[in-house]
Amino acid sequence: MNVTRGFSGRPRVYNAGLPPGQYDAGDDWPVLSAEVTPDLAPADWSFRIDGLVAEPHTWDWAEAHALPASAYEGDIHCVTSWSKFGVRFGGVSLDAFLDAVRPDGSATHAVAYSHTGYTTNLPLADLTGGRAWIAWEYEGRPLPAEHGGPARLLVPHLYFWKSAKWIAGLRLLDHDEPGFWEQNGYHARGNPWDEQRYSGD
Amino acid sequence: MTETFVPPTGFAVPGRIAVSNRAAALWQTATLTEVRRETPRASTFRFAVPGWAGHLPGQHLMLRLRAEDGYTAQRHYSIASPPGDAGHIELTLDHVEGGEVSGWFHTVAKPGDEVEVRGPLSGFFAWPGDRPALLIGAGSGVVPLMSMIRHHRACGVTVPLRLLVSARGPEELIYARKYGTETTPVFTRRAPEGVPVGRLAASHVAPLLAAEQPPGGWEAYVCGSNAFAEHASRLLVAAGQPVHRIRIERFG
Ligand SMILES: Cc1cc2nc3c(=O)[nH]c(=O)nc-3n(C[C@H](O)[C@H](O)[C@H](O)COP(=O)(O)OP(=O)(O)OC[C@H]3O[C@@H](n4cnc5c(N)ncnc54)[C@H](O)[C@@H]3O)c2cc1C
Repeated sequence: MNVTRGFSGRPRVYNAGLPPGQYDAGDDWPVLSAEVTPDLAPADWSFRIDGLVAEPHTWDWAEAHALPASAYEGDIHCVTSWSKFGVRFGGVSLDAFLDAVRPDGSATHAVAYSHTGYTTNLPLADLTGGRAWIAWEYEGRPLPAEHGGPARLLVPHLYFWKSAKWIAGLRLLDHDEPGFWEQNGYHARGNPWDEQRYSGD
Repeated sequence: MTETFVPPTGFAVPGRIAVSNRAAALWQTATLTEVRRETPRASTFRFAVPGWAGHLPGQHLMLRLRAEDGYTAQRHYSIASPPGDAGHIELTLDHVEGGEVSGWFHTVAKPGDEVEVRGPLSGFFAWPGDRPALLIGAGSGVVPLMSMIRHHRACGVTVPLRLLVSARGPEELIYARKYGTETTPVFTRRAPEGVPVGRLAASHVAPLLAAEQPPGGWEAYVCGSNAFAEHASRLLVAAGQPVHRIRIERFG
């Protein structure tokens, strides 16, 4: 691409934590959902894993909180170009939930779905090994509803549309099945470091 | 416990149209051909994009600027023009204080300049003109809604269309002279003589969902800042609009 005449951009400080094409949103945390923010009380929240598993299971709020607590402290990246550094989420590692249902060896992918009907697909390998959480706390306080509270999926190494708000469950599959934004032209995996924004990237 | 989960609320809305993944992935050169001032803070930028695949009203694109050292900035912008403006698209940009991309457009850009665009993106907010549409926008959130109004006019679409548009005052109302009887402006700070001042309220929304509701109901499209989108979508839900028929575009 040609240089844009007269465009120099903001003065830039090199930041090794910033994936290509992203900017530091600082204290801002933009809300980008296509949905009406649901009124979902913790008492009405549940999380289920089914599909290719030995034992499908549904956790309610108390059962999920009884699992060992696990926190994420690090960065998040949204496909709309902002990144946020050093944020702190509290919840439970997804490994703890997956261990309980015993995924079948044939399971390769998952579809995450929300209590509102939103869906997003992920390779199972991106959800295991301490890289994904069910998160209900942000900076030590309950996760705000507009950011997915009472609980959201958190997969911080992928673009944030993968971290489904108001998470309701995961269905394990032996194939990839595009979710809401993926059917709307977005990339199947969404790795910010490879700039996998749109299908074809 | 059943084997398959059924979401308790109804948001399972598929995109209105299939998006061309090829068009979404391809960067194209857009040449600025015209700049029109809309308000003291917003201007419309018209581009020639010879290979433009076409879009539906409500879709947006990704725009990229590149500096000499290779640094790039990309932002999403809704498309203001209707489909059928062959080889051309129009964007309307607010001048954001300290904004990197909108700042370049408002202080540097002139006809002949080239930028890059990819899209159209997202079929979710698109309106093909099939169902009665209730549009609610604030500030530059009216941009994709104007594309819908233009499409409605250009194609003689007969389904009902209504727009509630919020602005601080008449001088900040984007496309002020382009609206017809389908539009009700809501002024939050300053209004012309005899027009009330105040934010969008239940009294604006409720009649549209009662006396003025078309058979089969509205497809609602809400666009603006996050704070506005939250406010407007809650008013819609309170007035009885089903959540699965509310589409929201938040500009962040
Ligand atoms: C789907 C979608 C459609 C959109 N459509 C439109 C549209 O039709 N029209 C429109 O006007 N906008 C639209 N937007 C918003 C648009 O994408 C941009 O966010 C907007 O133009 C601001 O970009 P900017 O580069 O000018 O500002 P930015 O540089 O992104 O700055 C935004 C704010 O953050 C501050 N800021 C950010 N980073 C820094 C930094 N490093 N240093 C200092 N300050 C900083 C700025 O001072 C400013 O207040 C849309 C957004 C979305 C998601």
